[in-house]
Amino acid sequence: MNPVATRRALSPRQRWLAYLVIAALLLALPFAVDALLGRAWVRIIDVALLFILLALGLNIVVGYAGLLDLGYIAFFAVGAYSYALLASPQFGIHGSFLLLLPLGALVAGVFGIVLGAPTLRLRGDYLAIVTLGFGEIIRIFLNNLNRPVNITNGPQGITLIDPLQFGGIALNQSYSVGGLTIAPVHGYYFVFLACALLAIIISLRLEDSRIGRAWVAIREDEVAASAMGINTRNIKLLAFAMGATFGGISGGLFASFQGFISPESFTLLDSIMVLCMVVLGGMGNVGGVVLGAILLTALPEALRYVGQLQQAWFGAVYIDPSDLRMLLFGLALVLMMLFRPAGLWPSSTRRREFAIEDEAGDEERANA
Amino acid sequence: MPEPAPLLSVAGITKSFGGLAALTEVSLEVRRGEIFGLIGPNGAGKTTLFNVLTGLYQPDRGDFIFDGERLVGLKPHHVAAYGIARTFQNIRLFGNMSALENVMVGRHVRTRSGVFGAILRTAATRSEEAAIVRRAYELLDYVGIVQHAGGLARHLSYGDQRRLEIARALATEPLLLALDEPAAGMNATETNELKRLLEKIRGDGVTLLLIEHDVKLVMGLCDRVAVLDYGKKIAEGAPAAVRRDPAVIEAYLGGSLA
Repeated sequence: MNPVATRRALSPRQRWLAYLVIAALLLALPFAVDALLGRAWVRIIDVALLFILLALGLNIVVGYAGLLDLGYIAFFAVGAYSYALLASPQFGIHGSFLLLLPLGALVAGVFGIVLGAPTLRLRGDYLAIVTLGFGEIIRIFLNNLNRPVNITNGPQGITLIDPLQFGGIALNQSYSVGGLTIAPVHGYYFVFLACALLAIIISLRLEDSRIGRAWVAIREDEVAASAMGINTRNIKLLAFAMGATFGGISGGLFASFQGFISPESFTLLDSIMVLCMVVLGGMGNVGGVVLGAILLTALPEALRYVGQLQQAWFGAVYIDPSDLRMLLFGLALVLMMLFRPAGLWPSSTRRREFAIEDEAGDEERANA
Repeated sequence: MPEPAPLLSVAGITKSFGGLAALTEVSLEVRRGEIFGLIGPNGAGKTTLFNVLTGLYQPDRGDFIFDGERLVGLKPHHVAAYGIARTFQNIRLFGNMSALENVMVGRHVRTRSGVFGAILRTAATRSEEAAIVRRAYELLDYVGIVQHAGGLARHLSYGDQRRLEIARALATEPLLLALDEPAAGMNATETNELKRLLEKIRGDGVTLLLIEHDVKLVMGLCDRVAVLDYGKKIAEGAPAAVRRDPAVIEAYLGGSLA
């Protein structure tokens, strides 16, 4: 089936109408959630949008090019620290985010190439271990770069990071527009949404391009790809750099949003979380990755309510909700992988891949 | 009249793995427009020579000149850019891409669009992309599997996978197409169709270098052949002459060439 044909099933007018409806829903979303669930949930949505950005970046490396990267959060850290150091009292520099976000993306991209270059000959498990090491190196550096010269302020982290500012409007203030209160979480929502949409468009366009095909070709068979004239070294480094760029932007936004960062925000667990979003949502499929990022951000938050449920059902809290919720979260991951091994919303080829393997497995069992 | 310069001239290529000499002082010449066969018993070093010629292996010694350029020491993607394309003995397609996409990947080396072109969807990128798709369909049609354009490469039949590999290699616009046992595992009908396809490709100006075990195919198709045995070239010439060569008969134990 030609995927273009199915996408064209809607007439142009219907498509525009669909876009308008989606746009209206996205505009109203933070205010509706605020009214229905409370402001904490708007904040969760903001975080989910940042994770969409991160997961889409990792998807380029893992999903398209097939390079298993377990240290991806390092690029998020690099972007966050690039922004924080140049927009906080730490050095007394207060740069404009219009300059600092692209700079953070650039720095992260360079880190992507620097960390990617030594791993070019590695594949699979070996690559995973080396990238894991790189991720830890970055975090430990950030943790210790407070002596002899204090650069990162070490484990104390960097505080009072500048918020995003548009002209005179700082996004860490609340504003009232025609009776509608626009809190910081609302303002950031729109900035993050714009970035996430841009990332989605960029991902989709890269996927369906000469470069995207080269990435997939390398994932499928590196030797054949090089024999077809693909410079595998450069194309792999490009994947690392593109992925890192997404991470860098996301990191800068995160720093401005939180106002505070420390090396604790960038642990191996965070790398694995982003990887889970990609794998669980559906590796290589933009829609799946977005879904994975949203679900895995929302699920742990939703599971906080198990404490209240215990209170309501049993009259007392027997198990600490913070323990139970990670237990349930792990269980949910196991169940999802058991029942949807290719991801919740797999790319069409991955789905076929798993179907074939299933058939082959069934045949083997039948023959045994 | 002086003979035109050969397309490929291989001089004294030596390659060993550990203590095993896979190729010893192998020299041969492939002329423009011919179909050149490379035969020999299993383990004679035919595929090793292919891997050297396409940049996958670096030879220990020796040299080869292709279309006036020394290509020794270059990476596979540079060799492809100079115009040598290949297929693999154990088919190496991009299994989870469609047949069309496989051929489109083959256009990579002749196209230029980069990241920014892709993100901005510039007019140049779009027209290049359209040309890639058009050419890929043409090539699928050329090898006779255009009806499977949308199917995954791994789902194609064995013979069609071999054809797809040829289409993908042709997409790189090679001067020399190196085929590693293209008829392996094919029945007589398929082999005949393959023979016609290879003759058509030669007719369109591509020189062919062929590793093949099917002696009938080699004898019927190749203009000249070289025979490798234990990494050494033991004969080179017209098929009819080579098959009468005592050293060749010896190498094959007198059996399969008789």
